[in-house]
Amino acid sequence: MTDFERLKEQSIREWTDLTGGTRAVITLGTASCGRAAGAMAVRRSIEEALAKHGVEARILEVGCIGSCYLEPMVDVTLPGGPRFSYGNVQPAWAERIVASHFLEGKPLASKVVGHFGRDAIEGIPGFFDLPMFAPQVRIVLKNCGFIDPENLHHSIANGGYAGLHKALQKPPGDVISEVEAAGLRGRGGAGFPTGRKWRFCSEAEGEMKYVICNADEGDPGAFMNRSLIEGDPHAVLEGMLIAGYAIGASRGYVYIRAEYPLAIERLKKAMAQMRAEGLLGEGILGSPFSFDIGIKEGAGAFVCGEETALIASIEGRRGMPRTRPPFPVQEGLHGRPTVINNVETLGTLPHILRNGAAWYRGFGTEANPGTKTFSLVGKIRRTGLIEVPLGMPLRKIIFDIGGGTLKPFRAVQTGGPSGGCLSEEFLDTPVGYESLAKAGSIMGSGGLIVMDTDTCVVDIARYFLDFIQKESCGKCTPCRVGTRHMVEILERITGGEGELRDLDKLQLLAQTVKKTSLCGLGQTAPNPVLTTLAYFRSEYLQHIQERYCSAVVCRPLLEYFIIPEKCTGCQRCVAACPTGAITGPRAEVHNLDASKCIKCRSCYEICRFEAIAGNAIQIRSGGGL
Amino acid sequence: MCARADLLFKDFRGEEGDLIPLLQRAQATFGFVGPEAVGAIARFLRITENQIYGVASFYAQFRFTAPARHGIKVCLGTACHVKGGAILLDSLERDLGIAPGGKTPDDQFELDRVACLGCCALAPVLTVDEDVYSSMTVNKLKETLKRYD
Repeated sequence: MTDFERLKEQSIREWTDLTGGTRAVITLGTASCGRAAGAMAVRRSIEEALAKHGVEARILEVGCIGSCYLEPMVDVTLPGGPRFSYGNVQPAWAERIVASHFLEGKPLASKVVGHFGRDAIEGIPGFFDLPMFAPQVRIVLKNCGFIDPENLHHSIANGGYAGLHKALQKPPGDVISEVEAAGLRGRGGAGFPTGRKWRFCSEAEGEMKYVICNADEGDPGAFMNRSLIEGDPHAVLEGMLIAGYAIGASRGYVYIRAEYPLAIERLKKAMAQMRAEGLLGEGILGSPFSFDIGIKEGAGAFVCGEETALIASIEGRRGMPRTRPPFPVQEGLHGRPTVINNVETLGTLPHILRNGAAWYRGFGTEANPGTKTFSLVGKIRRTGLIEVPLGMPLRKIIFDIGGGTLKPFRAVQTGGPSGGCLSEEFLDTPVGYESLAKAGSIMGSGGLIVMDTDTCVVDIARYFLDFIQKESCGKCTPCRVGTRHMVEILERITGGEGELRDLDKLQLLAQTVKKTSLCGLGQTAPNPVLTTLAYFRSEYLQHIQERYCSAVVCRPLLEYFIIPEKCTGCQRCVAACPTGAITGPRAEVHNLDASKCIKCRSCYEICRFEAIAGNAIQIRSGGGL
Repeated sequence: MCARADLLFKDFRGEEGDLIPLLQRAQATFGFVGPEAVGAIARFLRITENQIYGVASFYAQFRFTAPARHGIKVCLGTACHVKGGAILLDSLERDLGIAPGGKTPDDQFELDRVACLGCCALAPVLTVDEDVYSSMTVNKLKETLKRYD
């Protein structure tokens, strides 16, 4: 029996002891999103409820299962029974949930959202049959939400490190061939074939080579990498070992945002456990392969997601990109051949090595095999982290998985600030590197921001450009100056001071910045502008010609007013108004002085959410024309 | 400072790549990267203070002045943006009389924007110190800040 087989046997024993049906287990999602939603307060109230009723259950903290809109989530499994899942759990429910399961022996029917049992249960849907999960294929996220991410044995019992074990039995060249055959492409956004990148690096000359895991997830509104590391850090670390073995590297770094403290902590714990079990350091799993990993915390610079800027940052310099070639696979960190792979790419590798290239090609399409994770956010009913086979149409993702929008659909932004804003006519586009590029957008790392008619696409273009302009490193002129000018023009338009010729200027600037910038940041920065100009030109024209923002978002184009028939004269808005724009005695219709109004929204909120008032304050755009 | 300065360099060998981790440790220890810390790092790494400031000022994480007692961070990530994060920031700027990056004269609050806190489903979000406030409204701001008086 080899070391790994012994470790696996031990892990399976531990896992079966926990989940084999002999213990009561309460599973709690405590990734960053769950914690922000209040998971730790829920944990305390569950512990109190367990103590109060004198019942025992093991509390298992897991990563995010992906349904962020249901956070905080609590699952209850009784010995021999299926696992029942509760969503949006309030601390006050803990007592009833515990009592229902442990004293009455049945789930709390009014609150349960699904179960994980094999057999159908009347009145309770299977969790993975829920509309958000049924179309998904979970490969890289398989363990997220099921295992304790801080327990190496949980990972191994669920297939962890079997891919590495298999890889170590083959010559490194065969491992590269397997990844080439699987057709895996870089999940950071550019889609470069991973196997080919490795081949270049393995053929590059040099004794010392590096593997870098790029976890500098900077796109606002994207959290795929954070969730994966928080939910299953070993998948990513195993991927790094496989990459290291394949290209002949002995040292790796995880370059991760300092803004992800929980992910960093979990990586550190995972690495300490790996070291203790012979999975990190000298002679991994008894083989001649040695590999060590260090963590480098990013210091808050979006551009460091670019390969050469990332290397500069690890070397202790300003994170500025340089011209390529030479590519990092030839001359990377400290001038040595370096492979930089995204978190999700690395997290996918163990599954490919374990199950084979042919299996992986069973998902997705010919040119875009496999699955991709997306963070689905914005004006959508079911926000969260999803994994779907490539080639799935955007419509299916947004309407079947995401449940559609509250107001009518307007646009979807793929690829974050570097991507494009696609209109309804593109909804049947299958997600893939080429198909999205053809539409003027990019796949990107996986941010999907959905917009309804309450979102202004001109404002969104301004928002993304403003973000990029602030993050431009300043090395090359087109990006440094061009994005600045584009932001100024967009601010004029959203401020109601745009002119028609601004649109031509914007178009010209955008095309120039796209063609002449040094790195990917500048080359993709104009995408939100170019796509909105192409697909939502009428919105630009409305802002310029009619000073009208149909989404009622661009503040200089709005006005607040009171509907006299609805106003009860409750004076709540008078008290809330910071500038004294609203006046009026109690029980009489109030007056709003537009010249004093700073459009701060206080009165609007008070009038909608407080019981005595009644939606009397409204906001409109273009009312003056 | 001297005793703590020794701790600052524990586990570091004085290589080029140590600069950013050292700055991060200095900030974690002292709350900001002050002139004494920069001087000590310059001597340890045998580089000039200018080089250190050149690198440190590139990254958003580093600050060169002492923090206020409470730090407010308004999330302006995409999800928070579409749900009105900028309106929250405006209100705070007005109420506190400071711009993002500034602090109140009594050192009680400082205000900053942040690109994404990663809890997009709960937008709009802001944090005061370690506490996360989700689904915020303009009217909830005042009572929230009162808790930190």
